[in-house]
Amino acid sequence: MTLSKKATCNSHGQDSSYFLGWEEYEKNPYDQLHNPNGIIQMGLAENQLSFDLLESWLAANPDAASFKRDGQSIFRELALFQDYHGLPAFKNAMVKFMSEIRGNKVKFNPNKLVLTAGATSANETLIFCLANPGEAVLLPTPYYPGFDRDLKWRTGVEIVPIHCTSSNGFRITGPALEEAYQTAQKRNLKVKGVLVTNPSNPLGITLTRTELDLLVDFIDQKGIHLISDEIYSGTVFDSPSFVSIMEVLINRNYINTDVWDRVHIVYSLSKDLGLPGFRVGAIYSNDDMVVAAATKMSSFGLVSSQTQYLLSAMLSDDKFAPNYVVENQKRLKDRHAMLVRGLKAIGISCLKSNAGLFCWVDMRHLLTANTFQAEIDLWKKIVYEVGLNISPGSSCHCHEPGWFRVCFANMSEDTLNRAVQRMKAFVETARAGFSQNQTRSGSRRKAFTKWVFRLSFQDRDGRER
Amino acid sequence: MLSRKVTSHGQDSSYFLGWQEYEKNPFDPIHNPSGIIQMGLAENQLSFDLLESWIEENQESNWYRKQGGSVFRELALFQDYHGLPEFKKVLAEYMSEIRGNKVKFDVDKLVLTAGSTSANEILMFCLAEPGEAFLIPTPYYPGFDRDLKWRTGVEIIPIHTSSSNNFTITKPSLQEAFQRAQTLKLKVKGLFLTNPSNPLGTALSLQELHLLLSFSLSHSLHIVSDEIYTATASFPTPSFTETLSRLLPDPLHPAWSRLHVVSSLSKDLGLPGFRIGAIYSHNVELVAAATKMSSFGLVSSQSQFLLSRILADKGFIRGYARENRRRLGRRRGVMRAGLREAGLRCLRGEAGLFCWVDMRGAMGPGPASFEAEAELWRRMVMEFGVNVAPGKSCHCSEPGWFRVCFANVAEETLREALRRIKAVVADAGVRR
Repeated sequence: MTLSKKATCNSHGQDSSYFLGWEEYEKNPYDQLHNPNGIIQMGLAENQLSFDLLESWLAANPDAASFKRDGQSIFRELALFQDYHGLPAFKNAMVKFMSEIRGNKVKFNPNKLVLTAGATSANETLIFCLANPGEAVLLPTPYYPGFDRDLKWRTGVEIVPIHCTSSNGFRITGPALEEAYQTAQKRNLKVKGVLVTNPSNPLGITLTRTELDLLVDFIDQKGIHLISDEIYSGTVFDSPSFVSIMEVLINRNYINTDVWDRVHIVYSLSKDLGLPGFRVGAIYSNDDMVVAAATKMSSFGLVSSQTQYLLSAMLSDDKFAPNYVVENQKRLKDRHAMLVRGLKAIGISCLKSNAGLFCWVDMRHLLTANTFQAEIDLWKKIVYEVGLNISPGSSCHCHEPGWFRVCFANMSEDTLNRAVQRMKAFVETARAGFSQNQTRSGSRRKAFTKWVFRLSFQDRDGRER
Repeated sequence: MLSRKVTSHGQDSSYFLGWQEYEKNPFDPIHNPSGIIQMGLAENQLSFDLLESWIEENQESNWYRKQGGSVFRELALFQDYHGLPEFKKVLAEYMSEIRGNKVKFDVDKLVLTAGSTSANEILMFCLAEPGEAFLIPTPYYPGFDRDLKWRTGVEIIPIHTSSSNNFTITKPSLQEAFQRAQTLKLKVKGLFLTNPSNPLGTALSLQELHLLLSFSLSHSLHIVSDEIYTATASFPTPSFTETLSRLLPDPLHPAWSRLHVVSSLSKDLGLPGFRIGAIYSHNVELVAAATKMSSFGLVSSQSQFLLSRILADKGFIRGYARENRRRLGRRRGVMRAGLREAGLRCLRGEAGLFCWVDMRGAMGPGPASFEAEAELWRRMVMEFGVNVAPGKSCHCSEPGWFRVCFANVAEETLREALRRIKAVVADAGVRR
């Protein structure tokens, strides 16, 4: 007896180049000492810049990780705590932290917060709550490749893209929203909502008030939901400051209207605090039925009580959390500037961005043709010859070829410099007219392997489209 | 404009309602001695002191490896759905240990999930299409109505068991369930067993194991064996894996690709809050799909690390398993004696954190009915202050049976609960 379709199909989306580049990196990972010619991982949106701050807090507060409160063991209490309403102290700390990130312009009610094992779980759960199999959500492109799995796989819900282009800095426009809606209609897909990531992954920009207003008007008019994935909200390092969808609703007097009930926020500590391993995510909704259903669904992915306790202590420490946010943003800003400067010096520009852990890099001028095939060819050169794993725009469903997401916060300054140097060498030889660089190992066998790989990769490409 | 799933969660059963009543008025020996005693929660609270002293003695386990050096950063970043290797290794060894080392578990066939709740749901997603069915013997854990069906769209068909033969699974009842599925035009994909059983507290007999295995072989069905109560048994009992190894030792036989075991640390180690569950399967495709699905419910790396240190301490864990079994056995004894004194019988079982109690005699005059059971339950909770799980919430086919937990309260509280149950019975006698 075979397995289900879900188990055997590949709509988990994990054949995309996003994951393949990751695999290649795993086979040959860069290490400053042991493997200086290895592939540098620039495809992973992790925040590794501020661990020292977390580590010194831990050293100064050993009780939080030792199951102690005021010197007394609370191991038993935590070990038994599996209430899907979440540890009250932790939820209070989370809403406080979320509020701080929004400049305290929005206050969150802990009773409307649902804890989940990461934003991955939060997003899937929200889709299960808002849409039936066969219905659709609209997403602006480019978007995080993982959404193809997280939003569609087990839910049976479809994604219809809202195309954004470089002509206006990839901003969401009224016509684009309407076009996506019409496309869904033509495909007989009932649209249940729009999902935006704000700040955007992979663009690294915060949505403007204009875009937010457009979205509110759109969902109001169509009577649909809006999910605002705000997991990067704490990584805004430059102006304009982060404007949450909640703020816009409040300012436009939407409190307690039905639009108010149709806006849901997703949050996580994976990006802001750099703790993806601890699996801390959350859904925030003003709709009681959504909160009730999502709470029950969170049974399938609760946050470990051990982790809830540790982080409740950390986030409710007034001497720590606000300072962490400020210092972390400063370090992100510096690192971002380093990458932008380094690329600019070799004639590569980035979308002007103020948030996130990556740059959206314009390499259109390095394409041999204005096609996605040329983009994949360039990507392969960069992975195998230059030794940088970056994410090609096509894996993010970008509508135009030539853009790449390059992460900068998951490595040391030294490594980032080295990565830029490698790009410099690549660009200079490309400019000098060589159609193909010398391989890193220089062997003919390696060239043969590449040629074979390119062929087999084309087959994969065919399947992806 | 929400999805249909929002209202179809299956959480209206009395199992959850009793819990709610308890929450409003919880017993406390000092502060609220007339409150409701919670006997409806299958938790193991008997051996925390052992874990607490381990933690006290191994403080550096918080973030430090045995050879020194902080692993905080590494753990904070670790979100690989293949799981922390050092944790999977010792978890596989532990799973073997609690089965008397009669079965070996291979880390490559192990998938970590946020509790067995997540594991069970993932298995349904992987093994069946919406609208297909699994057969489950009654009575069964009320949570399955939500865990197995809710988001997966999979149907559950009960295999009815009765007190006439101590709730054992028979061939006729299996066949009958299968027929019913055919009549309802539901394709049966597999059998779902909890072994040892919740709520019965018994392990499947060799006869039942053989019956279920041959039935699944003849219909090419999957078997999901939820074995989360394994270490609560007074002595190791035979499992599907062991039985299949004897019947079909060839690991390439297709039956092996259809046997999937679910594990958890919630019941034996008493750590439900840490959300540590696992799927074990020889089916390579299933392991691959389940691994990806575990993205929706990964185990916190912080908890993986802590447990990797605890389970790696072999001396400690062996001693813990032994002492825990002893304490559970003793508690079971106290429970049985107390029930006997109250004039009640319970099913003879050597596992689980509960007794399956025959309260048909206390249901009052008139023919036995689920209404009478509900009324008895209501009185037990509201008038006598004892929350137990009525058989109906476990889909028992005959009224009058209740699951009463014994490992989640102090011994004195258990004795108080038994006194109250005795009063319920006496009261029922008077009403007659």
